[in-house]
Amino acid sequence: MMRPMEEIIQLLQKNALMPRDEMARLLNKPKEEVEAVIAELESDGVILGYRPVLNREKWATNTVTAVIEVKITPERDGGFDRIASRIAKFEEVQSCYLVSGGYDLLIVVEAPNLRAAAGFVAEKLSTIEAVQSTATHFRLKTYKENGTFHHLDVATERLAVTP
Amino acid sequence: MSISIAAHIRDIPRSGIRDFFEIVQTMEDVVSLGIGEPDFATPWHIREAAIYALERGRTGYTSNLGLPRLRRSISSYVQQHFGVRYEPLSEVLVTVGVSEAIDLALRAILNPGDGVLYHEPCYVSYAPTIVMARGEPQVVQTRDEDAFALRAEDLEKAIRPNTRVLMLNFPTNPTGATMSPEELEKIAAVCVKHDLIVLSDEIYSELTFDGGKHTSIVAFPGMKERTVFLHGLSKAFAMTGWRIGFACAPTVLIEAMMKIHQYSILCASIMGQDAAIEALERGESSVAAMRSEYQMRRNYIVSSLNDMGLECRSPRGSFYVFPKIAPTGLSSREFSMGLLNSKKVAVVPGTAFGPCGEGHVRCSFATGLDQIKTAMVRMAEYCSELPSTK
Repeated sequence: MMRPMEEIIQLLQKNALMPRDEMARLLNKPKEEVEAVIAELESDGVILGYRPVLNREKWATNTVTAVIEVKITPERDGGFDRIASRIAKFEEVQSCYLVSGGYDLLIVVEAPNLRAAAGFVAEKLSTIEAVQSTATHFRLKTYKENGTFHHLDVATERLAVTP
Repeated sequence: MSISIAAHIRDIPRSGIRDFFEIVQTMEDVVSLGIGEPDFATPWHIREAAIYALERGRTGYTSNLGLPRLRRSISSYVQQHFGVRYEPLSEVLVTVGVSEAIDLALRAILNPGDGVLYHEPCYVSYAPTIVMARGEPQVVQTRDEDAFALRAEDLEKAIRPNTRVLMLNFPTNPTGATMSPEELEKIAAVCVKHDLIVLSDEIYSELTFDGGKHTSIVAFPGMKERTVFLHGLSKAFAMTGWRIGFACAPTVLIEAMMKIHQYSILCASIMGQDAAIEALERGESSVAAMRSEYQMRRNYIVSSLNDMGLECRSPRGSFYVFPKIAPTGLSSREFSMGLLNSKKVAVVPGTAFGPCGEGHVRCSFATGLDQIKTAMVRMAEYCSELPSTK
């Protein structure tokens, strides 16, 4: 069986705005307990924040998103960490991961338009001394993002009464 | 010409659920808690495996007994989850849903007039299937005070000289009743003492809540040799439309059931069988995710019903609750019709599952939470407007 903390996180991941009394009903626990667990998760830094899931076809449609593969030369003392955090601090960078394989950092960059995105890669990213090379892939369409489908209809037909 | 229908078929009453369904169909904007199937589509990895099988051109007949690989999967699944080992090649038969398997078992076992006991309230098809197999339906009623579990002494009292078979279904549709291993052991002892064959319909066995584990009667000493273990993929794997069930039983019974199956059905569809292999071999986490979702909905629906003054037990299995509506002063049917007409919420009258379901209605929580929430709001309004409750 799942622990209450896991169950609550699972519900928050599906809908962080779910009323806490509804959550309490679903988990068969007092509302106060649910609120206390969430408060603890927040203060412990397990939950870092909540944000809306935006449909890219309907909001900020001109925004450009790029996935960039970055090869870097690790430093003798800091390894990848110092360079990675230096890159991550740019406000254009939405996500930044150290990965295994043919390159080192995978970053997701968002910019208001193509020119701005290109400018970030050419002027900011590539000019960092430890960066050996970059490969930029622009997002064309979103099918699924963080578990949410953006383009697929998943409705099914059911009879109104069955045995 | 005037067509005369065989007397034993003509005399079978229409299903109470079907009656109700025809009224519901004529209405719009109905929120239905009358649905006995998962609202989830079959997990994607299972659908994807079926698509792959189609792409490879797997579209033919299979062995009458079912694909050997599926029978091996069934055998190890049953061993792992129920603790009983069946020989894949001679003790397992793949059928078109559990319904077909029940029909085959009854037709294979019964001589005309043989008695078949089953516990009520129960799934609507049991009595008609017995009649169609020329058996005599014999009812043992279960009680609200026992949470609709079956008492061994009630069972023993109901046994008659012609009784040959006992049908069991735990967790139960429509009551959500479950049996503890201790209670089940007593039932097993009665079956051995009276030399009954047991048809155990285990279709809801994966859907048990609060960490409880389902025990099948087949696991008790002396039972495997007299039990037809019936199970399928419809409920736990959300695969109702694939129509795949199976029977596990001693070879002599499987052989007899296979005779009927091969001449009337030939084999279950290969698409469904291929999907079933994927489900049984790799479906564990999908089942767990759905179970946890059902459990939360159960908690929600049970507390809402109790809040509106309808006494409702929290079932330990199945995806049904069976709240008591008797204190409203209405019959099950009046309550359900009134609720449908005034609030457009469909629940099934308890009497559709046998006379002792009177005073109850069946609500399914295999329905999305949003719909359950709407239904609960409307039902609470309905109850507060009834003269006899406040």
